[in-house]
Amino acid sequence: MMQKGTRYALAVGAIPFITLVFALPLVNRIKPLVLGLPFLLFWIISWVILTPLILFVAYLVEKKFNPFEGGEGE
Amino acid sequence: MNIALVIIFGTVIFSSIVGIYAGRKLKMNLENWTVAGRRFGIILIWLLMAGEIYTTFTFLGASGWAYSKGAPTFYILIYGTLAYTLSFFILPPLWKVGKRYGLHTQPDYFIKRYKSNALGILVALIGFFSIIPYLQLQLAGLGFIVEVSSNGAIKSKLAIIISFILTSAFVYTSGIRGAAWVAVIKDIMMVIAVGVVGIGAPLIYFGSFGRMFQLLIEKRPHHLVFPGATEHMDVFWVMSTVLLTGLGFYMWPHVFGSAFSAKSDKIIKRNAIIMPFYQVPILLVFMVGFTAVLVIPNLKNGDIAFLALVNNTYPSWFMGFVGAAGAVTAMVPSAILVLFASTLLSKNVYQTGINPHTSEQTVMRLSRFLVIVITTLALFLAIYFPNELVPLLILGYDGVCQFFPGVVLGLFWKRVTRAGVLAGILSGIGVVGLLLLLKKDPCFGINAGFVGLLVNSIITLVVTAFTRPVSSYE
Repeated sequence: MMQKGTRYALAVGAIPFITLVFALPLVNRIKPLVLGLPFLLFWIISWVILTPLILFVAYLVEKKFNPFEGGEGE
Repeated sequence: MNIALVIIFGTVIFSSIVGIYAGRKLKMNLENWTVAGRRFGIILIWLLMAGEIYTTFTFLGASGWAYSKGAPTFYILIYGTLAYTLSFFILPPLWKVGKRYGLHTQPDYFIKRYKSNALGILVALIGFFSIIPYLQLQLAGLGFIVEVSSNGAIKSKLAIIISFILTSAFVYTSGIRGAAWVAVIKDIMMVIAVGVVGIGAPLIYFGSFGRMFQLLIEKRPHHLVFPGATEHMDVFWVMSTVLLTGLGFYMWPHVFGSAFSAKSDKIIKRNAIIMPFYQVPILLVFMVGFTAVLVIPNLKNGDIAFLALVNNTYPSWFMGFVGAAGAVTAMVPSAILVLFASTLLSKNVYQTGINPHTSEQTVMRLSRFLVIVITTLALFLAIYFPNELVPLLILGYDGVCQFFPGVVLGLFWKRVTRAGVLAGILSGIGVVGLLLLLKKDPCFGINAGFVGLLVNSIITLVVTAFTRPVSSYE
């Protein structure tokens, strides 16, 4: 069975899929403008830029809960 | 003397010398040639992956779509991000399997995991025939960029022939290490070109990004929401397309294969975290397209928007710089495509299917020979059939996506069977082929490849339920 850390990490990793795919019908509009950007573009850019942070959290979560996960190499 | 011409040829020749030099000290065996001895650290693996992902299509296509289609172009920004997120979970376990069993290619994985040479050969052939139109598209893009940016001084055919003979030379000598080092040059030039135009042009013409969007919303109120200026690229098309291309991204044989060249599974995981930063230049490419909508609104061909705007805004030497960046941007992915196309044929079709007793050294020699054959074939196709292959490219993308269930279930689910995966791939390809043939893409507003992938997943699961699993790997 999947380790606990991997399951938590997957839950964190689902965030970009929810915001950048399944939420699209809700944000497909121009108003309100945010920082001069149409709302749809602002939404997409924000989540694209937040994704490295989200993946970093997934990385930390996995490390915390699967401390003995031995990698090969390095 | 045309200054653009000097810059373009200077860059192409310099890059090729760097590529050839990159492999000088290595004893070239298959392991060093295809996966760089599995020794790439975080910087080179990042540049290599960015190098093969960020192609001439990104340069011309993303700005062209922003210009002629509007919001649907955002799909490019989204699918890459989804693909990197997936790669965080998929590539590290894949890398471990690759290291343990000494895998070099995607079919190697299928052969080892499902103990089936037939499945490996099938995957190799689908991969090969998907790569060829992709490669041809790079050649066509290169010819186009160089011809336009040199203001016609270098004809497209000549540019393609010279650049690709040089590209095949550094693939021949240095393998993937050559491609990675040329990617360093490419990335630096590309980021400068895109940064200067993507930030500069909106500021020059409008004073700020906000002002540009304001004008765009006034003049074309629907341009910046789905479906933009198109009829059928509405929000459901975008959703199904980003899912399909996001899932399929790492299923391209060359992207899949280059994951093996990382030094460790940790490196590949950290790489997944920083990959999304590479989306920022794409965003700037969109800005170029949007600026062009307002500044030069009546272009017949949207793909020329980037170059036309540069031509209107900057001096001719900078046009040469953009042309040079565009040329190297086509050379890097082409190098990796040629390398993997030839390895698929030599290792997974010839050695696996025809002559199992071939030694690794012979496979290596055959791969190098095939580099020359495939380069010649691609040149021939690009020169004599420049437009015929575009529908095949769509089929190619939809085709490689069908590997997804076999790869991912294979990594995480012991129970999945060879018959299930084989039936899934065949039915997925069949559905996609049929829909494209009947011109049903999109099919009820949903991407045809996605429909194929759904059928494929269901068939894989159903057939798996009725067949006995092989014991994994050994």
